[in-house]
Formats: sequence, structure tokens, C-alpha cells
Amino acid sequence: MKKVVFSIILASIGILILIHIAYDPPLPNLGELKLKQEYAIKPTSPVDHSLFEELQKDFNSPQEVTEACIECHNQRHKEVIASSHWNWERISYVEDRGIASMGKSNVLNNYCIGASSNEQSCAACHIGFGMTNDRFDFDNARNVDCMVCHDNSEEYRKGSAMAGYPDRSVNLTQVAQSVGRPQRMNCGACHFYSGGGNNVKHGDLEESLLSTTREVDVHMAANGMNMTCVDCHSAENHNIKGKLYSVSSSDENRLTCDHCHTSTPHMDRMLDLHTAKVACQTCHIPTYAKVNPTKMEWRWSEAGKLKDGQPYHVTDTASGAETYMSIKGSFRWEKDVKPEYYWFNGHATHYVLGDQVDSIPVQINRLLGSAADNRSKIYPVKVHRGDQIYDPETNMLIQPKLWAAEKGDSAYWKDFDWQLAAEAGMKRVGLPYSGNHEFVNTEMYWPVNHMVAPKEEALSCEECHSRDDSRLAGLNDFYMPGRDSHAGLDFIGRLLIIAAMAGVILHGLGRIVSAIRNKEIESEEINTNYNQ
Amino acid sequence: MQKVYIYKKFERFWHWTQAALIFFLALTGFEVHGSFSFLGYEQAVESHRVAAWMLLILIAFSIFWHFTTGEWRQYIPTFSKLQAQIRYYTVGIFKGEPHPTRKSVRKKLNPLQALTYLGFKLVMAPLLVITGIVYMFYRTIDANNMVIVSDIPLEIVAFLHTLGAYLIIMFAIVHVYMTTTGHTPTSNIRAMLTGYEDLEDDSEQPLKDENKKEE
Ligand code: HEM
Repeated sequence: MKKVVFSIILASIGILILIHIAYDPPLPNLGELKLKQEYAIKPTSPVDHSLFEELQKDFNSPQEVTEACIECHNQRHKEVIASSHWNWERISYVEDRGIASMGKSNVLNNYCIGASSNEQSCAACHIGFGMTNDRFDFDNARNVDCMVCHDNSEEYRKGSAMAGYPDRSVNLTQVAQSVGRPQRMNCGACHFYSGGGNNVKHGDLEESLLSTTREVDVHMAANGMNMTCVDCHSAENHNIKGKLYSVSSSDENRLTCDHCHTSTPHMDRMLDLHTAKVACQTCHIPTYAKVNPTKMEWRWSEAGKLKDGQPYHVTDTASGAETYMSIKGSFRWEKDVKPEYYWFNGHATHYVLGDQVDSIPVQINRLLGSAADNRSKIYPVKVHRGDQIYDPETNMLIQPKLWAAEKGDSAYWKDFDWQLAAEAGMKRVGLPYSGNHEFVNTEMYWPVNHMVAPKEEALSCEECHSRDDSRLAGLNDFYMPGRDSHAGLDFIGRLLIIAAMAGVILHGLGRIVSAIRNKEIESEEINTNYNQ
Repeated sequence: MQKVYIYKKFERFWHWTQAALIFFLALTGFEVHGSFSFLGYEQAVESHRVAAWMLLILIAFSIFWHFTTGEWRQYIPTFSKLQAQIRYYTVGIFKGEPHPTRKSVRKKLNPLQALTYLGFKLVMAPLLVITGIVYMFYRTIDANNMVIVSDIPLEIVAFLHTLGAYLIIMFAIVHVYMTTTGHTPTSNIRAMLTGYEDLEDDSEQPLKDENKKEE
């Protein structure tokens, strides 16, 4: 009787285990549902600015609009003046450098290289008016541009090469009356078109996000959560959450997915364990630049070719992207790009103007982190490679003067003379120039954070855990099951198995042969007996 | 010859379940290892873990069984006839010589078997089980930021675990083959399935007494 009971219990346990293995009931992800509910309700403005008398007038200059804003919002300009959107730099502690102020005034990139000496043009993405050179007054609240971020009418536009002033056609009254929470286009006007065109720099931030589908970006999709940039990049006192490591360096005021999603968002323990070492983006952004191509390579060394003494450009007929421009050099674009992967702990170092070049390719920015560092996670990264102007004698990268209104002002884009451009640029930033220039290979690292794919499209295990073409093939400072193995052990192990098989087969054959032979002897003996 | 009840119910259940689990663990384990793909990586990992838990439970039961029944004594190695046994497998078997040792309920294993299975139980299985458990609980940082096992490099854990896996596969190949060296090629396997085997009838004790003695 006991035995029967025991075997029934055992059988039931067995069946339960099998059911558990074979069938995973789809449990609702309550955390995710709650988030969806929370973000389904879109914020509405508590006031209608068009009703305010102060704004029902003709504004003669954009500064007058700012003054009108400050009349009511009488402390906000101080917050803006403290922000990095205004200062274009940030003071932080940087490993190996100490306390440093870094930003667009002293950090380079390998696209248009640097803003210094080109402010007139570059300041189209400064939230101020009149930054024409390095003597801009960062304390003058009148020059704060409230409209560029808060215009909800899509009327406001910065003028081209107007030092941050709006285009002359902008109807300031209309803009002033329709201010509100920043919309996608407010952020996108700069962050989509940085580097001189749509999606040039980031690869994951571009105009297709203005109206997109879940396949491209689950957060911003019109048929998805329809979120705006500031839903995640929220701000407290105009200090906006999130860091862009082309210029930022410290792990501070960062925005990460787990702010909303927690570090255990999956309904699966195995996956949740990955979040300690793998950033969400790594699996959930299988490719970036999903709609329009992004620049992957920029060779300044090829700039300056002229046709009949005139600059020209070449456009790729298939993609519509420019592959050559006399003023900038040659480009390589790519769409649907698989990221590269690096350890990253939220800290980065940069090449700062005046630094000695210590490696070639020069790493314009370097993401810090390693497998051994337990604050590091694996992140997807867009690596932008190229070459740019460099002084082999001082061993420094050069800040060239690129932009000027007219010829004869040393600007490369007008005069096509690197010598003059290097001299003028370096003089402006107060650094020596030997008179010699070369082009040196450079790399820039852009963590990829946007264009999160629907969960069905997240990477499968095999994308990384595989011997050949693992996405993490380049990260060799840790052991990863499925990708790594001890070659010697595998060799010996296989040898052991083959030896065992061979031994067994030989032994077996030996037995069969000897059995037959023994039988023959026996039967011979019988036969001889019979014959006798 | 006499039909003898040699492998008890639990023993047979344990033996075959363990065989199946080890086969399945080898299959899924080497998929995790990257040697081939079959179930898909995710499924292989999950199945390996479930099967590993089943094996651990089974091992726990079998340890209990071995000690309560005293069957563990079967594995105490004896060296007196070891050489004769080795000579039999390397020479005698080809000449049609008889087995140098006699199988009985009290002595199911010949000296070479006892030694090998002891090795299996004391070296291979613990190697796999211990490294397997460390592997399973290998976390760098847990969800609660609790560092559990991270000071042992995973590389070493995986190396030892894989080493154990290769050894156990080798063992399995030889083991399966050796079962064909009984009276007839299938007599051993049949015995492990049915529990009964034809053994030479001069076994010292009748079956029933034997059982009593063991209790
Ligand atoms: C109770 C016993 C066992 C436990 C607890 C165990 C546990 C594990 C764990 C946790 C892994 C890592 C993959 C994963 O997370 O699922 C693993 C991998 C592996 N297991 Fe086991 N396992 C056991 C038995 C076995 C057996 C019997 C074999 C083979 C016959 C085996 C062969 C392997 C192999 C080859 C790997 C891949 C190792 C690598 O390449 O890193 N395991 N095992």
C-alpha cells in the first residue's frame, strides 16, 4: 500500500515537472501594464498663453519675447543659465584629468570637428541669441531663447548662420502665444539634424521619429505609446535628465531605462539576471538607423577637390545621401546598422583641445568600463570613424576655421586652404600651430539608446551566445557560455570520446572475431570427433 | 543457472532515470557549450537547469537509498581479483575464458566495476554536480545587488564542468559497451530492466535470506 502511495506521489511530481517544462502560461507583466496606463494620459497645459495680454503684441526682436516670458516666469531664466544647453559645457570630475570643464568650446568631434571659430553657424543650435564668437555674454538673460524649446506651433525656426537668432520670417507673436511643453520637433530641430543633416550624428535620433511605428520605436510610435522626448527626458529646474557622451563625461543625472522599467522587468529570472551586466539597449535595439541612413565614416582628407574651380557634391542615387562634398570630404552612410558593443560605466574621457594624441586612431571620446568593473554594462554603440586634420609636430588635433560669410576670411568652406583654416582656428583657441598638417584617423563612440524595438524583435540568446559571429565577439575580457570554450579541453575531450569509441569498437570486433574462431575450433573438434 | 532477483525496483528506477537525465544533460549541456544547436540556446539552458534539478533530487534519493540499504558497500573496492579481471577483459575474453569473478546479489560488481563506479560517484559526479551548482548560482550582481558567487572566475567553473561532462560521456560509452560482456550480450541490460538475471546457482544464500540480512 505504501509503495502505491509513494509511486503515485512520485508520478504526480514527475507529471507536474513535465507540465512545467512544456507549458509556460503567459503571465501578464503587471509592471509594464501599469507604465502603459500611466503614460497613456498625456499632460495638458493648465494655461492658454494666447489669452495673456502681455503676449498679444508685435515683438520687434526675439529678446522682447524673452523679456515677456521673464515677466511672469521670473526665476526660470536663472535655471536656464545654469544648464548645459545654455553653457555648452559642464564641470565634472573626469578620471585621469581631475575637475574639468568640458563642452563644445574645448571638446572636438569627428564630424564638423568643433564649434570654436565657427559659432556664427554652429550657434543655430544654441538656446540663445547672438553667439557670434567666444565673447558671448553667458549672464545676459535677455539672450535666453525660450521659444526654441517651448514653441508648440512649429512656426519657430533658427536662422541659418545667424548666431542663434530666429529666421527673419518667424512670426514671433504667434510663437509667443503658443508656448508649452517641448514637443518632439523642439528637441529634434537640433538633435535630429546635428552634424549637418538628418541622422548624421546619432543614428538613433532622426526626423522619422516625428511620426513613427512600433517597429521603429515602441515609445514614440504613433501606434504605440506616442511618447515625446521629455516624457523620459524629464527636467527639474531646466536641468534635463540624460547624457550624451560625445560631450558628457560623468555618470550623473543620467537617464536609464530602469528609471521606469526597474532592473527586473522581464517575467523571466534568467533574463532579469542579465540586467546586472547587460544594458537594456543591447538586446532591445538590434539595429539603429532603421528608416534613414546615418553617417558611419567621414574622411576630411578627401575634401577640397574642385570641378572647374568650383566645389561640388555627389549624391548616392539609391539612398539620396551625399557621399562627397568638396567642403567636407567623403562619407559612408549605412542603414539598419548593427551596433558595436562596449563595456560602459557611465564615465567617458575626451580628447580636449591641446591634448597630446596618445593613440592612432585617435579616440575623440572613450567610453570607460570593463567586465571586471561591476558598474559597467555592455552597451550598443555607434562608432563613427574618419580622418581629420592634425598637426604632426605639436601632436595635436587641429580646430580649423570652417565657416565664414565671405571668401578671404581663412574659412576652409570658402577658401579651400587648410593652411589658413588651421592657422586661424588654432589662433582662436589659443593653441600653437606648427604650419604642418596631416590627416589622422579618428574614432568617436555614441551609445545607442533610441529606436527600441518591439519585444518580439529583441535579440535572441544565440545572437551573442554562439561560437561564430557572436555580436559580442569583440568583448574578450570575460567568459561567456556558448561563445567561449577552452580549445585545449575541447580537443582533449573530443580525443577521449573518439578513443573510447574506437576502443569499444575494436574490442567488440575482437570479441566477434575470436568468438567465430573459437566456434570454428569447437566445431572442428566436433567434426573430428564425429569422423573418428 | 538460477533466476535471481538482483536489481531492486528503486535501483532500476534510479539507474534508468539517471541514465536518461545524464543523456539529456549532455545533449543540452553541449548545446549550451556551443558544440551544436538543437533545441535553441534558450530552451537548452532552461532544460539543462530543470534536468539538473531533477538529477540533484534523484542523487539525493539515491544517496539515502544506498546508505539505508547498505548497498553502498558494493562499491568498496577490492583489489584481490582486480588484476585477474583486467586480464580477462584484455586477454581472456578473446579466448572464451570464463569470468574470473562471480556475480551475486551480494557482489553485483566485479572489482574493476566497483572501482570505476566508485570513481564515478566520488570524482565525476561530484565534479559535475558541484561545478554545476556553482555555475547555476553564478551571479555577478543579483537583482538585490547581492554578490553571491563572483570571485571564482566563471571560466574555471565552466572548464571543470565541461571536463566532467567529457569524462562522463566517455564513461557512458565504455559503460554501455561493457554491459554486453555478460553471459550473453544482452543479459546485463535485461537484468537492469527486469531486475532478474540468470546467475550461477551456487550463490551462497537464497534470495530471501539475503534481503533479510541487508535490512
Ligand atoms: C546536477 C548536475 C548539473 C548541474 C547543476 C548543471 C548545471 C549547469 C549549468 C548551470 C550550466 C550553465 C548553463 C546554464 O545556465 O544552464 C551548465 C552548463 C553545461 N553543462 Fe551542466 N549541469 C549538471 C550536469 C551536467 C551533466 C551531467 C553534463 C554532461 C553530461 C553537463 C554538461 C554541461 C556542459 C557541457 C555545459 C556547458 C559549459 C560551458 O560551455 O560553459 N552538465 N551546467
